[in-house]
Amino acid sequence: MSSSKDSPKSGLSRRDFLRAGGAAATSVTGLAGATLETQAQPGQPPASHIPVLGPGPAKISLNVNGREMSTAVEPRVTLLDALRNYLDVTGCKRVCDRGTCGACTVMLEGKPVYSCSMLAVEAQGKAIRTAESLVDGGKLDPVPEKFVQFDAQQCGFCTPGFVVAMRAVLDRNPKATPEDVEQGLQGNICRCGTYEQMRDAIYSLCNRPRRS
Amino acid sequence: MKNFSYYRPATVEQAVSLLENRFGNTELLGGGTDLHDLQKEYVSQPARVVSLGGIAQLQTVQVAEKSVTIGAGRTLASISEHPQLRQLFPALATAAGEIAGPQLRNMATLGGNLCQRNRCWYFRDEHSNCLLKSGSTCFALDGENKYHSVFTQGSRCVAVTPSTIGPVLIALGASVEVQNAAGKRLVEIGRFFKAPNANGEREHALASNDVVVAVQIPVQGLTNAHYEVRQKLSSDWPIVQAAVSFQGGRNGEKATDVKIVLGQVAPVPHVAQAAMRAIENQSITEQTAAAAGQAATQGAKPLSQNAYKLKLIEVAVKRALLLASGARPYWLA
Repeated sequence: MSSSKDSPKSGLSRRDFLRAGGAAATSVTGLAGATLETQAQPGQPPASHIPVLGPGPAKISLNVNGREMSTAVEPRVTLLDALRNYLDVTGCKRVCDRGTCGACTVMLEGKPVYSCSMLAVEAQGKAIRTAESLVDGGKLDPVPEKFVQFDAQQCGFCTPGFVVAMRAVLDRNPKATPEDVEQGLQGNICRCGTYEQMRDAIYSLCNRPRRS
Repeated sequence: MKNFSYYRPATVEQAVSLLENRFGNTELLGGGTDLHDLQKEYVSQPARVVSLGGIAQLQTVQVAEKSVTIGAGRTLASISEHPQLRQLFPALATAAGEIAGPQLRNMATLGGNLCQRNRCWYFRDEHSNCLLKSGSTCFALDGENKYHSVFTQGSRCVAVTPSTIGPVLIALGASVEVQNAAGKRLVEIGRFFKAPNANGEREHALASNDVVVAVQIPVQGLTNAHYEVRQKLSSDWPIVQAAVSFQGGRNGEKATDVKIVLGQVAPVPHVAQAAMRAIENQSITEQTAAAAGQAATQGAKPLSQNAYKLKLIEVAVKRALLLASGARPYWLA
């Protein structure tokens, strides 16, 4: 495959970007949190005061596991990176970073989402729940407890995503069947392949005997 | 990801006022599941991102006697779980509910599904300067093309249409409500998709200052179903997809006004005219459905690596017709 022979590529390369990024970020910080006055279009009400953030770091507030936490992030920072690198909430893991593997799963208003594929600024005003919420004063929630009991992890890196996705299914339907729970885990991958032990944990959570 | 300014308008009018007369510098943000991937690969490098997440109007679903209107901001999960949509349009609910996994369906929106960029690996590779960037060659034509078009429809880019909702909406005769500075208009879904063939072109026929507001689907009592072939049961893209609709056609009754639309086989959803003629005014049996499936491959010109898709087209059309007719899905037994 030939590449970029036809004409110069538009935009910045990663290297140019890294070089220029620091300067750009500081020079535009003053814009953060401003509103934009736009001109009225003919025949339309004026579209004024549209909130705008960035491109420099903007102050944001996130509700994480019932706690209001604030930090300043550029608009491009994903919810995953904001949680892990800005707020030190490291339960959610960065693996594929492309909305495929499920290691970054958090609950947003009770629904599981990929935190790698959402901007932190978009999560403002919404209740975020991470794997950290599944332990209370040293006592494990039944989902991770069953993971321990049935040895449902090997390296364990995917586990926070799995337990959050599983908790979301059971919160929504406490009488979920093992099939319902498995449906709810379609967006998670375990590369160690501990699915059989996870199935044991799921059947136990659903109070069903598992036939081998 | 290149950094950008983030705008959060509260109305469609405000969103429209931020758009420009070319694609690229300003992008609309729905669920972000496609846009952020493209940004992370530096394939998309907008300086401004306009979020549609703060616009309440895009979240409505209205079920009226003659038509159903679904806001473009509704998530795929909320569409697949909506009781009335499930009852009226099982093809739509099934297609929406089979996309990727639950996390992605809780984020991805209807409007985003229709406007997403194609999945060609050459297009999505930062270092591959293909036809849709500033290059002049479609690398898939002579390259790795096993997931590409078998009906190229004269397009120079042979990537397949990425939307699995699109073919279903064509089968259901839907229209797309679009808004720009001049006002609102309805675009018939059959005219919505367009094959991109150069830098600055998209997989749809809308302009860069248009916003998809909603999708309208007429309520016509159509029997409808959707079937897709994937390599994995979940979290995967379909390889071939068939959406079908018709009047009657259940319990041995004859099917009329048949529509059969294929996805993932051509640069835009492919209306399988020969298959439609083959099953029109027939009762749906395994034999007639299989004949329609064979007819659906008429005119196909597979590339070097994707002739296998022809067999999958036969299977998808046959099973979608049988599902719609109420037959027992023997392939699940």
